Amino acid sequence: MVRMARLRDVAAVVRSKNAGPFRLTLDILFKDVDTYTRVKARRAITPELIARLYGVRPDQITDFVEFDPGLAIKATFPRPVSSGTIGDTDVYGAQQHAPLLDILIPMDDDP
Amino acid sequence: MADPLVLYAPVGMLGYGFPEKSLDAALGKDLALFGMDAGSTDPGPYYLGVGRSYTSRVMVKRDLGLLLPAARRKGVPLIIGSAGGAGGAPHLAWTVDIVREIAAEHGLHFRMAVIQAEQDKDVLRAKLGRGEIFDFETGRDLQPSDIDACTRIVGQMGVEPIVDALAAEADVIVAGRAFDAALTAALPILRGYDRGLALHMGKIVECGSLVAVPRTSDGVIAHLYSDHFLIEPADPDKRCTVDIVAAHTLYEKSDPYRLGLPGGMLDLTEARFERHDDRTVRVSGSRFVPARDYTIKLEGAARVGYRTICVAGARDPILISRFDEVVERVEAKLRNDLAGVIPPDSYQLVFRQYGRNGVMGVLEPGPPAEPHELGIVIEVVAASQETADTVCALARSATLHQGYEGRLANAGNLAFPYSPAEFAAPEVYEFRVYHLMRVDDPCAPFPTSWVHV
Repeated sequence: MVRMARLRDVAAVVRSKNAGPFRLTLDILFKDVDTYTRVKARRAITPELIARLYGVRPDQITDFVEFDPGLAIKATFPRPVSSGTIGDTDVYGAQQHAPLLDILIPMDDDP
Repeated sequence: MADPLVLYAPVGMLGYGFPEKSLDAALGKDLALFGMDAGSTDPGPYYLGVGRSYTSRVMVKRDLGLLLPAARRKGVPLIIGSAGGAGGAPHLAWTVDIVREIAAEHGLHFRMAVIQAEQDKDVLRAKLGRGEIFDFETGRDLQPSDIDACTRIVGQMGVEPIVDALAAEADVIVAGRAFDAALTAALPILRGYDRGLALHMGKIVECGSLVAVPRTSDGVIAHLYSDHFLIEPADPDKRCTVDIVAAHTLYEKSDPYRLGLPGGMLDLTEARFERHDDRTVRVSGSRFVPARDYTIKLEGAARVGYRTICVAGARDPILISRFDEVVERVEAKLRNDLAGVIPPDSYQLVFRQYGRNGVMGVLEPGPPAEPHELGIVIEVVAASQETADTVCALARSATLHQGYEGRLANAGNLAFPYSPAEFAAPEVYEFRVYHLMRVDDPCAPFPTSWVHV
């Protein structure tokens, strides 16, 4: 049985923000290099997972980057509507990260 | 070149405030420049479209009222970029007016370069006709009608117009829409420092002390050498750490390794972030890769209508469980009652339900738990304010009295916090132009005028 932790308990930062008025970007920064390395090695966070959480197609995830210097994983996809136009719900895109908080992260090194 | 060049970004956003203690500490150093960003697309298209700043005049004057006299005492240039928030002509005029007022109050005299960023629509139409404007992330090609529809289109300048103004010995530069890193990078580039390092340094300091802890609106100082730079907070009691500075490279952009910018790309695949001391981070290895063609980003806002909103709440659990049914019935009633008076395609009616997908809308992953109360915004956007007012008033009264299955409370469905229950909001804009434009001369779209203050 692999021990699992919720992302909210092992991340230093979980946030969303506009990357320009037409895209939303999600940043996950880990507290320690071990967890970050394990998440990468075990593919605990993938474009497919992000797509499923946000109800978008995997091919709509325009960027998915693992950024070692920041112990960070970043995913970007188009906003449903551009920032501030009719029907937008979050002009800055700063409250779109909540679905990430309960992603389960493996805490043991052996699969 | 004399090492190092010390660059001061006193505040991440002009008008957001910073402690005077930080300025006092910064003034103890051998500063070569004050550079500050005053704009962003983040607050949305309204401010660009309507020609107003999203920062208040009082606070911009407060910040500048400390910085401008300090920069003049030091005898070093002060640069404001994306002036007035969106960096269009009215935003520049607003900022220049504040600068003049402060100068008069402090008896300051200087040479000021004002660099316009608003773009001539005829030039843009010709450029579009020649295939020199193209999409990069809106998912659609620009049409001539988009250019016509915008009340204002700005171009985002790179370092070149600012370098030219510094070379011509400007004391103060008020620039329209500008690439944020250019504001502090221009001087080192003029002095022959490495462009990649200068731009990366500029990119890190442009948000002020977002790269420092404790995290409050404040300034940062960069020390630029020939092969690396150091980042430290202006406030001696704050710290920059490797984690935070490295992580800032992610912020508000889609790819932390490759950052597209006017005239090229910042390649950070080899960038190294290291501890220098307890509160200072050393960065090296950043590279600038010039693009084959020089492109600038265009941002244009078009007015899409007039808005009226009604804010209300609901507490009845039977109503809350049936609220979608209420919305459907109200929409049907409006179509029916307004037939022949206001055509259905001349307004948009939006019910926002806070407590139920109000924040994430279609991106919301799970069926939400039933909330114990519901926040409701009834919103109408129409071609005129009168139509928006009319439709919103009808939607409000219809929602208040609409029956639904199992209703026990038949006196009214909505708790209004205000009288009047609905009111006109400012007009609605959208980013209609967000495209790249190829240019032969990176300074040509950004004419500079000189003012002797």
